[in-house]
Amino acid sequence: MPTPASAVRAEHAYPTIVKAQRELRLCPNLADYDRTCHHFTWDSARMKLEGLPGDRGLNIAHEAVDRHAAGPLANHLALRWIGKNGTIWDFTYATLQNETNKFANVLKGLGVGKGDPVFALMGRIPELYVTALGTLKNLSVFSPLFSAFGPEPIFARLGPGEGKVLVTTESLYRRKVAGIRERLPQLEHVILVGEDAQPADVPGTLDWNELMADAAEDFEIPPTDPEDMALLHFTSGTTGKPKGAIHVHEAVVAHHITGKFVLDLHPQDVFWCTADPGWVTGTSYGIIAPLTCGITNVVSEAEFDAELWYRILEQEKVTVWYTAPTAIRMLMKLGKETVRTYDLAALRFMASVGEPLNPEAVVWSHDAFGMPFHDNWWQTETGGIMIANYPAMAVKPGSMGRPLPGIEAEVVRRTDGGEVEIVEEPDAQGELALRPGWPSMFRGYLGDEERYRKCFAGGWYLTGDLATKDEDGYFWFVGRADDVIKSAGHLIGPFEVESALMAHPAVAEAGVIGKPDPVAGEVVKAFVALKPGFEASEPLKKELLGHARKRLGAAVAPKEIDFRVSLPRTRSGKIMRRLLKARELGLPEGDLSTLESDER
Amino acid sequence: MQINAPSIRRAHRGGLSRSLVTMSKVETIANLVRGALASVAPEAENQPLNPGADFRDQMDLDSMDFLNFVIALHEATGIDIPEKDYPQLASLDGCIAYLAPRLKGR
Repeated sequence: MPTPASAVRAEHAYPTIVKAQRELRLCPNLADYDRTCHHFTWDSARMKLEGLPGDRGLNIAHEAVDRHAAGPLANHLALRWIGKNGTIWDFTYATLQNETNKFANVLKGLGVGKGDPVFALMGRIPELYVTALGTLKNLSVFSPLFSAFGPEPIFARLGPGEGKVLVTTESLYRRKVAGIRERLPQLEHVILVGEDAQPADVPGTLDWNELMADAAEDFEIPPTDPEDMALLHFTSGTTGKPKGAIHVHEAVVAHHITGKFVLDLHPQDVFWCTADPGWVTGTSYGIIAPLTCGITNVVSEAEFDAELWYRILEQEKVTVWYTAPTAIRMLMKLGKETVRTYDLAALRFMASVGEPLNPEAVVWSHDAFGMPFHDNWWQTETGGIMIANYPAMAVKPGSMGRPLPGIEAEVVRRTDGGEVEIVEEPDAQGELALRPGWPSMFRGYLGDEERYRKCFAGGWYLTGDLATKDEDGYFWFVGRADDVIKSAGHLIGPFEVESALMAHPAVAEAGVIGKPDPVAGEVVKAFVALKPGFEASEPLKKELLGHARKRLGAAVAPKEIDFRVSLPRTRSGKIMRRLLKARELGLPEGDLSTLESDER
Repeated sequence: MQINAPSIRRAHRGGLSRSLVTMSKVETIANLVRGALASVAPEAENQPLNPGADFRDQMDLDSMDFLNFVIALHEATGIDIPEKDYPQLASLDGCIAYLAPRLKGR
């Protein structure tokens, strides 16, 4: 919901955090922003990667693993996995190469080949990382699913994604996939990772350990065209089903350069990205970028736990940390005194992503850690970080920062002629737009060419985010242009939630909004109108909450449900979610000209 | 479940309902915990609970759910629960161990 210009300027009330050159412990990779922007080309960024030997193209897994395994970093710790119960599994680049080669051979042996989608539904276990990189080696397409999704969101992605292979755990399969298997005729192979090292023994499935035990450790990555499909990341939209954003191997050029410029990764760094690979952050930066940079990538299986997180930072001597605003706000609740009880001397740089980091959190972190979280902005569709606060640059609390060298970003508005014009005045609102053509730009939405085309107009990629740019060139997030909800940093499409509610016999209509929440940013709230014969009651509310949670999973289902007699709709029958939201928040209702029937 | 003798004495003094006289404190707390869980995750209401295991391993709870669960416990018991203690409430046994001494004399 657009805020008045005066409110936007109020955010600038927090003092800018300026860095003295001598404060920076290590000379940042991006030391002089203007100069680097001036000289930067994507070709020069591409040169930082090796390419498949023999001029056979570009493969993400070669840049991330094999390139290092063949050189002096062979015995360098690539992946340190910390299990929920404290177990540690270490992979050097050499052992990671062997494991990922084996999985690539497993896929090959099952007749899975180029372009075939391999879905993963797992928590952050070692097998997830082997699956991702092995899939890329085989030129199959890796599609990670968030393990907290319920059966319906899983079906909404696996189905249209035409998943041929699913790698998951026994308990996730039984709870969430077995029931929908019949509806997935293209799903040929389900590979189960057994819990507690017991072989999985479920009909219609294969066992990970058995398959890997028989697989050869040698695998040569086939020639890979940089435009070959590599990753399929599903993201939520307002209307209709989730969209599968297609990324190609060329994206690694952006993953790598942002790892250097934005996360400031240097040799010998120990990096920890807390995001789950089910979200694009957890793949681009939880798997790919740290490995292409040849450093140590820490993965923690456990869910958020403040004291555990501080212990990990201390014990692993994490040097660069990439996390999310919801987690940061939870750390704030614990207080800065707790931070100081840990030895975080190794920690050199901290970044944040998922939703705009509120200025209070930036200021708090500067106080608590001696350095601020550096916010950055990007989307599933952009594949990598686009706008950021850089280590050598002053941080304006609340701002996303400035565009990556090589990225042209502007605040624009659409004109009547279907054209797009740049909004010239500083601090004036418009839609954030990017000049198309960077390496990690999505190449399409799977099976939805029209939706893809709608994202581009007048020579710009339109992000759907509203923003302003100030006179120093710093960008500031204003809000979403549509009804998509952002809860705990994750995009949730209201349509998906409404559909699940509508499946309950008592529900006639459902309208879902994001209600502001101090910790999560927004929580999903549903307004429900009942069918005749059903009465609004606490037990029914509980039943609907449970119904939604069972189908959607806790992360996507509403936390709150209110009953209404009917919901506000336009003449064309669309629910006016922004009206529901404005009323919920006591805000001005805006343009009611399309309101046909109001809520009661 | 063994009847906790002190609660019988309190019951005679305080006029508590007949059902509380036969329940031990452990059972009372367990019911409070189940109630708080059901308010946050109604779909798991009658699910048997492994008392030593983390709730999040047995049912679908995200971080917001866990926060709401702790708030519900606070509302049901009146006990103030500081953030740093939240990890202790991750399982049924953990909740009982944490709440029992704080419910002393009530």
